[in-house]
Amino acid sequence: MNNSTQQSQVPLVLQAKGLIKRYGHVTALDGVDLELRQGEILAVIGDNGAGKSSLIKALSGAIVPDEGEILLDGKPVHFKSPIDARKQGIETVYQDLAVAPSMTIAENLFLGREILKPGILGTLFRALDKKKMLEDAIAHMQDLKIGIRSMKQPVETLSGGQRQGVAVARSAAFARHVVIMDEPTAALGVKEGNMVLELIRRVRDKGLPVILISHNMPHVFEIADRIHIQRLGRRAAVVNPKNIGMSDAVAVMTGAMKPEELGSEAHA
Amino acid sequence: MKKIFHQIATIPAAGAFLALAIACLFFSMQSDRFLSGQNFSLILQQVMVVGVMAIGQTLIILTAGIDLSCGMVMALSSIIMTKFFDAYGLNPYLSILCGLAVAMLFGWFNGMLVTRIKLPPFIVTLGTMNIAFAITQVYSGAQTVTNVPAALTFFGNTFHIGGTTLSYGTLLLVALYVFVWWFLRDTAPGRHVYAVGNSPEAARLTGIPTDRVLLWVYTIAGLFYGIAALLSVARTGVGDPQAGQTDNLDSITAVVLGGTSLFGGRGVVLGTLIGAVIVGVFRNGLTLMGVASVYQILVTGILVILAVATDQMSRKRG
Amino acid sequence: MKFQKTILAVALSGLTLSAYAAQPIIGLITKTETNPFFVKMKEGAEQSAKQLGAKLLTASGKSDGDNAGQVTAIENMVAAGAKAILITPSDSKAIVPAIKKAREQGVLVIALDSPTDPVDAADALFATDNFAAGILIGKYAKAAEAGKPLKIATLDLFPGHPVGIARHNGFLAGLGVQGITTKTTDLAKPAQVVCMGDSYGDQAKGQTVMENCLQKNPDINLVYTINEPAAAGAYKALQAAGKEKDVMIVSVDGGCDGVKNVKSGVIAATSQQYPLKMAAWGVKAGVNYAKTGKKVSGYVDTGVTLIATKKLAGVDSKDANFGINACWGTK
Repeated sequence: MNNSTQQSQVPLVLQAKGLIKRYGHVTALDGVDLELRQGEILAVIGDNGAGKSSLIKALSGAIVPDEGEILLDGKPVHFKSPIDARKQGIETVYQDLAVAPSMTIAENLFLGREILKPGILGTLFRALDKKKMLEDAIAHMQDLKIGIRSMKQPVETLSGGQRQGVAVARSAAFARHVVIMDEPTAALGVKEGNMVLELIRRVRDKGLPVILISHNMPHVFEIADRIHIQRLGRRAAVVNPKNIGMSDAVAVMTGAMKPEELGSEAHA
Repeated sequence: MKKIFHQIATIPAAGAFLALAIACLFFSMQSDRFLSGQNFSLILQQVMVVGVMAIGQTLIILTAGIDLSCGMVMALSSIIMTKFFDAYGLNPYLSILCGLAVAMLFGWFNGMLVTRIKLPPFIVTLGTMNIAFAITQVYSGAQTVTNVPAALTFFGNTFHIGGTTLSYGTLLLVALYVFVWWFLRDTAPGRHVYAVGNSPEAARLTGIPTDRVLLWVYTIAGLFYGIAALLSVARTGVGDPQAGQTDNLDSITAVVLGGTSLFGGRGVVLGTLIGAVIVGVFRNGLTLMGVASVYQILVTGILVILAVATDQMSRKRG
Repeated sequence: MKFQKTILAVALSGLTLSAYAAQPIIGLITKTETNPFFVKMKEGAEQSAKQLGAKLLTASGKSDGDNAGQVTAIENMVAAGAKAILITPSDSKAIVPAIKKAREQGVLVIALDSPTDPVDAADALFATDNFAAGILIGKYAKAAEAGKPLKIATLDLFPGHPVGIARHNGFLAGLGVQGITTKTTDLAKPAQVVCMGDSYGDQAKGQTVMENCLQKNPDINLVYTINEPAAAGAYKALQAAGKEKDVMIVSVDGGCDGVKNVKSGVIAATSQQYPLKMAAWGVKAGVNYAKTGKKVSGYVDTGVTLIATKKLAGVDSKDANFGINACWGTK
């Protein structure tokens, strides 16, 4: 407990308080809290039905919670759509959905946020400043050390890991506050998964806090600074991966062990 | 060799262009009347109505939709244009605007049904196709309108360049294609059309207003059908209620021959122009050879299957 | 090198073609490619072209009513150097501007089977006198029914088509209805006609129209149809209603399959026309124009014959076997 009062000096970027979401008789979120600190990777784990994805959807604006509040930099925010969340600087990387395969890397990076030409061509026809987009795309990819030969390649010619790289780079390029990653390594092989983990670290090192949702315990323990364990629509515990074994974390997640049974050093 | 094939297969309109080149070579060897500027001008005039309609069809197919109503909407629009002038003495330019507006209204209606009620485009346009046909027959009394003012036939007029007669309609056809080609390639709304066709979910998540994109695509497609109506009146000199009955399939044929994928998100509008011209070249060339026109339909059928097979292969590879 | 060869090939093919340049080129444009009526027409044109040493080009619209397809065919044939074009207009009015353009370039245009509107838009019309064809079956029906009160259903072509109007009105004039002439521009509807519908000359559509007519007026006793397929459809509907023995069907056309239905008694009488003759005569006129520069003009009647199973007093008719042998003209 000592530990946590000490660390709470670090400013909270994103905070959820008592979020409730019901679907008919089913309660997906039952008063869940979440805190994301500046410059950390917070992993969210939980069994199926624990409310993990509802929590993330609430934070990224994909669903509107029935009750509770979300604070961004201490100020309450209300997201009606993912676009609202994005306008507030929260970017989400989805598992495999958010790239357009036949379009180029540069186009995908700027999809929905294209850079327009100055003057009448830009305002009337919304003509693209392709040169600027290409330069910026190269800069963003270099920023995260993603090595890709040509930005004019269609995304469908890339490997799964490289595609995910494009999605991560897009979020990192536009996020001002938070990057949320929903199972970014689920569809990838070992080598590519590691590549994406490395990318996530670089995003954090740029100063952007990351919320990572994953089923992959080794990945979570390798990369997370803190782990939020979600159970039955609530937060069961927040643990420090350095001071807790993987099996204990899974035990708490599945209900085999009560959070209180963990040593105080395990909590974060 | 395999690599070269794959590279050709990935350039969307390359196959179409190759087919066109081979066809032209073949016909120039078969008939000494084929290879002339005059004859090519004629072919362009013959494909301009379906060609302009196929621009709208391309936009819709790029969003992974399809439009069966285009020919009937075109016929209705041409009847509105001619009959508003003929029956009510409306100013010919206003009549044209009314015709264009009705065509856009139909496009907009298609778009609303697709985006708001989430009906499949095939079903929506099957419905509006019949509605447009019925309105056309009722309103025209199934009678051809022959009293057509000069303003409506302007695009059928011709001028001479170095011994070749070109029609203004042909110029409009080419200009529209070049503009839409640029627009789809170099503007944000143009790229959004591809994004929506690629993956509507991905487009939505990246913040593209997918419904708005679809709605304007269907509406603008309607505008192109209206322009096609104007060209049809200009070409035939009449408002014909029986026009356009197979133009939906003809325009889809042009789009597919041009290498645009029926699954959406892939294709180049200039390919559609080539696709339309291929059909025209076969029709013209086979007639010059003295071969019955039914063989043109046979050849078109074979080419369509080849084009779709190429599309499938290039998708599998990707 | 390859390119040079191509040029050579192009040049050579040019030479071979120009060697035939003296051979007159005649174009035939039908409404569709598949309808037996037009197949027969094509047969006549081919025979005649072969005989006279002309080159025949053929084309058609995609479907009945496809004006744009016929316009394209005219343009392509003019481009191919045709001296004469024979055409069965799908849309009598809409085709006129294209015909005008072709004639301006010195091409002789002859309308076959259906007139253009106006008729003089083409140089000449080789066709059946459809009104006269109608009169023949009208007279036959009148003699057969001998003064019985008539309740008539007419299965017409489609709205506004002059051939449909001429046959329908001719039939009624033959029955003795007053005030109907060749000048009547709409389908006449005297009191005897209790039901009218468009069959599009199609068996299935004809059947539907007849079924609906029987719903409306179960006591119909005379049916006029635009052609034999429509008549066959009407017969089906009558059969289903158990009335095929009591109702008389008359028709126009005399197609090879159609006259067989006269023999089997489905159709009482039909007026047989001769499309083969229209095309054969058309080619002949075209070749003549190419050689001598002399144009045909005006209306040329290719004749009709009344084919009936039962001969009636005072009505001149031939039997079904004659019709089968002569169907649509054998030469």
